[in-house]
Amino acid sequence: MAGTVSTLAHVAKHRQRRSLGDPRWVRWSLIGLALLFVGLFLVVPLAAVFTEALRKGVGAYFAAFKDPDAQAAIRLTFLAAGIAVPLNLVFGLAASWAIAKFEFRGKALLIALIELPFAVSPVVSGLVYVLLFGAQGWFGPYLGAGDHPWLGSWINAHDIQIIFAVPGIVLATVFVTFPFVARELIPLMQAQGRDEELAAVTLGASGWQIFRRITLPNVKWGLFYGVVLCNARAMGEFGAVSVVSGHIRGQTNTIPLHVEILYNEYNIQAAFAIASLLTLLALVTLVLKNLVEWRHRRVIEAAAAADLRQFAS
Amino acid sequence: MTSRRRPVLPGFGLSLGFTMAYLGLVVLIPLAAVFIKASGLTWHDFLAAVGSPRVLASYRVTFGVSFLAALFNVPFGVILAWVLVRYEFPGRRLVDALVDLPFALPTAVAGIALTAVYAKNGWIGRWLEPLGIQVAYTWLGIWVALTFIGLPFVVRTVQPILEELEPELEEAASTLGATRGQTFRRVILPALRPAIITGFALAFARAVGEYGSVVFIAGNRPLHTEITPLLIITKLEQYDYRGATALASVLLFGSFGLLFLIQLLQRRARRAAG
Amino acid sequence: MSIEVRNLSKHFGAYTALGNVSLKVDTGRLTALLGPSGSGKTTLLRIIAGLEYPDPSADPEAGRVLFHGEDVSHVAAGKRGVGFVFQHYALFKHMTVSDNIAFGLTVLPRATRPSREQIAARVRELLGLVQLDQLGGRLPDQLSGGQRQRVALARALAVNPKVLLLDEPFGALDAQVRKEMRSWLRRLHEQIHVTTVFVTHDQEEALELADEVVVMNNARIEQVGDPQEVYDRPVSPFVIEFLGNVNRLAAGTGKLRTPGEDVLYVRPHDVDIQRGTSDPHALRARVLHVFSAGSYGRVLLQRADSGEQFEAEIARDRLGDLELKQGEEVNVVFRHVRLFPRGEFTEADVRDGRLSEAPRPGAPPVHGAGEHI
Repeated sequence: MAGTVSTLAHVAKHRQRRSLGDPRWVRWSLIGLALLFVGLFLVVPLAAVFTEALRKGVGAYFAAFKDPDAQAAIRLTFLAAGIAVPLNLVFGLAASWAIAKFEFRGKALLIALIELPFAVSPVVSGLVYVLLFGAQGWFGPYLGAGDHPWLGSWINAHDIQIIFAVPGIVLATVFVTFPFVARELIPLMQAQGRDEELAAVTLGASGWQIFRRITLPNVKWGLFYGVVLCNARAMGEFGAVSVVSGHIRGQTNTIPLHVEILYNEYNIQAAFAIASLLTLLALVTLVLKNLVEWRHRRVIEAAAAADLRQFAS
Repeated sequence: MTSRRRPVLPGFGLSLGFTMAYLGLVVLIPLAAVFIKASGLTWHDFLAAVGSPRVLASYRVTFGVSFLAALFNVPFGVILAWVLVRYEFPGRRLVDALVDLPFALPTAVAGIALTAVYAKNGWIGRWLEPLGIQVAYTWLGIWVALTFIGLPFVVRTVQPILEELEPELEEAASTLGATRGQTFRRVILPALRPAIITGFALAFARAVGEYGSVVFIAGNRPLHTEITPLLIITKLEQYDYRGATALASVLLFGSFGLLFLIQLLQRRARRAAG
Repeated sequence: MSIEVRNLSKHFGAYTALGNVSLKVDTGRLTALLGPSGSGKTTLLRIIAGLEYPDPSADPEAGRVLFHGEDVSHVAAGKRGVGFVFQHYALFKHMTVSDNIAFGLTVLPRATRPSREQIAARVRELLGLVQLDQLGGRLPDQLSGGQRQRVALARALAVNPKVLLLDEPFGALDAQVRKEMRSWLRRLHEQIHVTTVFVTHDQEEALELADEVVVMNNARIEQVGDPQEVYDRPVSPFVIEFLGNVNRLAAGTGKLRTPGEDVLYVRPHDVDIQRGTSDPHALRARVLHVFSAGSYGRVLLQRADSGEQFEAEIARDRLGDLELKQGEEVNVVFRHVRLFPRGEFTEADVRDGRLSEAPRPGAPPVHGAGEHI
């Protein structure tokens, strides 16, 4: 019985993969072309990062991380991601709950607006905060000038500077990573529908119980992947952060900005050593993505096998 | 009885309220600042800011090379998607995973890595140098960076469509006497067309705003290899906020236009499918 | 627990899902909401459950849902004490069968929540009730359709609902499992006797399973009655056509004489064929085809006077005695017919191809079931 099921699933899977008798030379030239493309544009640069990083040996490689400026950059990057990711996580959950579980006017517009930061150049994303909080910005005069009755004095009292300082970096990071979690969750929750939640309602569950015990477990892998992506982007963002950062070594430099400084100072090996850290982060992200997809596919295949079992029984 | 009833599931007001407030604070108000600031300029100032020869040259570079890069990604993206969906070969899953690298790799890292590879003494650059082809610090370098950045889009939009394409369609075409080439041109390609156009538009839109991967490899010579986002930063560094804002509004307008077009295309494709 | 709904209306945009529907379901009954898709039956069920709300109305009496005479219109779904079984079961995919069944008990406020042991005992009891004793540890994905259905039922019953509501309970099952589940549900209902309403589009299912059938069409209730009543005394052309096979013939023309121009309905099993007698008043028909496979023989006939085709269902031994030949003419006898003149309700018995009684508009329907010549 189990044998029948797995055979059927096997057949179904391989039906999909059939190449429908393309001649061997067509097959191999297309594969060759694809591999060449991937090789030239993806594999070679990837290899270059690690080769350049280790050019002067393992000692020099680790020395790059001992630099206090590098460590300050790493700390700041973790801080910015540590604030931006949880904020956007909460937003993603709220937005996907409202969009996937309820009907309301303007939903399509709301979804489009959530994706908006993807369409904005990173440089412009940084610029908007300079316009708002910079010296010539809307709120800029209140920062430092202190002529606003309560805002100015509050900001003065707390000695807050936003642009060319840490708050600006955090704001820019929040902006560029804004859609990531929501974007993963919305289609997932929409596909899952509301039946399980409604079933929980008829069984007397409260809103919080429904969310924690039904909705969250159902989306946990999508949520996990959204957070991973959001984090990767938060830690790797360059353009937007570059605009709002004062590029002050040891104070307002994130990892990517530190890489840029080292590179521009012709400290190529150190630049690549630090860059390899971000590259590893990217590779881990890709591995996690495939893990999530693999799990997801297994769930689907299990469901398909159960259906087959039903037919076979 | 006439009072509005609460929805059956709880939390609608709270979740939508938070969504709107956060969206407004983080995205909409800051973006509105650009347009409001730009509208504060006189026409004369605005045109001077967005129409100087150096700026016009930067549009040519930004939009022109972005277009070429996205265009190049169409055939190669389709081939890559085709190979990944239809053929079994060693390392297929690895290649499939690698396609997303440009999404995950920070742009600054991509920038210095591509520069190292395509510079005169780089792994690939040194083979091109004798042929008289210089990649790094020319528009070709920008093209390489933007091709890298846009690589996943066509692959990832075409791939699912190709996976769902029923083999019966192709079998039917072949029983009707069509050659493989005819089948591809007349049966498969039309089914892929909306996805290809969407993928192209996404790659193009992404490339237009790209900064990090380009600045390292471009050389950034005014009038030749200077992209618009870099020009915005240059103006900011000169405290020319008005000029920067004007340029940013042009860039925003361009990418919103593209975004709108993509939405339109996707809606049309959905309608055609459903 | 009786259920009553009063003057419910529900619109989705311009679409009318329910148009002023009222209904009363008595305690302990098994009631079927029967109708084609889009007739409003699922919407009615969901409004009873509190998963949907009727349109607001200016009349304070309209749009009310009462359980045992008590207005629950404003009571949230979770507080109404209903058990709801969804069409596609809506099992919690990430929970085991036992956890699914226990869910309703584990979300009770701490003060009223049974102890861990009590919950486990209740789950065991329910697993036994739905005959899944060994499968408590499985995930929903690892079950067949019929098993999932029973888990959904057990989950709904765990909280001791006063009312059990099932949306197309057998819709997602294949034909054979569906038959088994039907008799199983009937037995279960006799065991637990909770007021039950289920939605179906399958007339056979409704007639076989329910104590009472509510026939719905076009956002309205057409007829309410026990299965025999709705089958034998349908009040409208829709009901007679929806409940089983029926021949539709023009009356008032040819040999089928009625005072007005009526539509005559006759079930295939109420058509008998006689040969030999050449009564000038008899309805004559030509044999077009004889289907002799199956539990009944079926004969396709054509009226000699109007050319209309219709079908007769004849016991197989009688069909053997008749020795019908294709193309021959026979006398046709209708044992029991319904007439609907321009929508108005009438009934008549027709014997020997003639209308033996004049139609009596407004007269109480004559019960014709079981009559034989």
